[in-house]
Amino acid sequence: MNQTQNILDDTKKQNAKKLMLEIVDLRKSFGDNHVLNGFNLELFEGENLVIMGKSGSGKSVMIKCLVGLMQADSGSIKVMGKDITKLNRVELDNIRTEIGFLFQGNALYDSMTVRENLEFPLRRHKKKLENINDTTLLVTEALESVGLAHAINLMPSELSGGMKKRIALARALILKPKIILYDEPTSGLDPITSKEIIELMRRVQKQYKTSSLIITHDVDCARVVSERMILLVDGTNYAEGTFNELALSNDEQVKVFFK
Amino acid sequence: MHKNSAIKSFFIEIGELIYFAGRFFKEVFSRPFEFKELLRQCYNIGNRSILLIGVTGFIIGLVLTLQTRPTLQEFGAESWMPSMVSISIIREIGPVIIALTFAGRIASGIGAELGSMRVTEQIDAMEVSGTNPFKFLVITRILAATIMLPILVIFGDAIALYGSYIIENAKGDVSFVLYFNKVFKTLEFSDLIPATIKTFFFGFAIGLVGCFKGYNCKKGTVGVGKAANSAVVYASMLLFILDFIAVFITDIFFEI
Repeated sequence: MNQTQNILDDTKKQNAKKLMLEIVDLRKSFGDNHVLNGFNLELFEGENLVIMGKSGSGKSVMIKCLVGLMQADSGSIKVMGKDITKLNRVELDNIRTEIGFLFQGNALYDSMTVRENLEFPLRRHKKKLENINDTTLLVTEALESVGLAHAINLMPSELSGGMKKRIALARALILKPKIILYDEPTSGLDPITSKEIIELMRRVQKQYKTSSLIITHDVDCARVVSERMILLVDGTNYAEGTFNELALSNDEQVKVFFK
Repeated sequence: MHKNSAIKSFFIEIGELIYFAGRFFKEVFSRPFEFKELLRQCYNIGNRSILLIGVTGFIIGLVLTLQTRPTLQEFGAESWMPSMVSISIIREIGPVIIALTFAGRIASGIGAELGSMRVTEQIDAMEVSGTNPFKFLVITRILAATIMLPILVIFGDAIALYGSYIIENAKGDVSFVLYFNKVFKTLEFSDLIPATIKTFFFGFAIGLVGCFKGYNCKKGTVGVGKAANSAVVYASMLLFILDFIAVFITDIFFEI
């Protein structure tokens, strides 16, 4: 009986997907303002997890803690098994190469061309991509994956909002990260461009086989890309489930998000 | 109460500036070194300031000579003009006025550039991509300002002396060779060396304040304007303090 149980456990372990991100009891306050109150999260390999929440619910603070841009007051953040709150600068920089970050405002470097923007993350971490030494090849590949290979020599000021978003995504992909964090990927875009970006996110995930954590309050975006969702209310997990489960919920707080 | 909090925040800011300077000295000697970016910043800073400093230097020379000449003429001491002008320009007027011009141009430029990078999350993007933004943005700019200001001051001083010569030539028919012979006979290393050394500190202070204000910019686009503005004010104030210290030390060692 014990032997059978052991075999079953082993099979379960093999079938279980690898945990890419794990946040346990994350807390962060600014003075008396408690932004995160024991937030928990698990992101598995190849999964698309959407986090929805109202403005000021702690989404951006959480994502900034996740990449070490902010220090959490307490709790643990594990990226591929490593607790980033305990890493030194070099170790943190190394783990950051496994995370692509698409900023809400794109954060393209104004003074650099598209090529230089994409080359920037490669400056210190090219050795991560052992088999590829040609930077141009990597830049072209990333630009082709977002359909903007022709924009290689343009400046960010010459790009439209949608193009900037695509270039920012290409930059997030250049180091071939295992996890991509999207901070409001469709904010400030018109509905048609939003749809294009959402489609691009799906395509990129298939091509690069990434796990994605998407922060949004765009219901359409959540419906299309999410496999699982967490609703963040007052800095804590209020509800969790698939899009359909949450959309059909009778809870008043949950309903508000899907109106 | 309001006055107390203003004084408190002033001292907090001074403390943060000292901490920022400490971080600069801690990180400037550690790898990786951003040589390419340093050269680019040296070129940018030099290129952005050279015309302004050339014009400023030229006008200093013209005005100083025009205003001093009548007084010296009254005492029949026009022949002292090259000596007087060269000493005042090389020792004090050149470094201080050129540094102030440089502060207006560069500290505000750095403050606004880094400030807008901060509010548009470009600095965060660098951090996330595994590059130390402090090394890439701050250290290179402070070093570039420290290296370029002494060069620009020497250039500005030379132009100022040339401006002075033009007035002397026009009003007193003094030849180029005679004028500059007198200048170089008067000037000593004790005039040139302390004046040049202090410009390294001026450059460092301007770069430091500009970077500090920009790097720590908050409150959106309003913050960017404030960062640019206060960078110039703080840098100018710091220049006068450093100048006083430099003159004080020079007096001890060179008995001016």
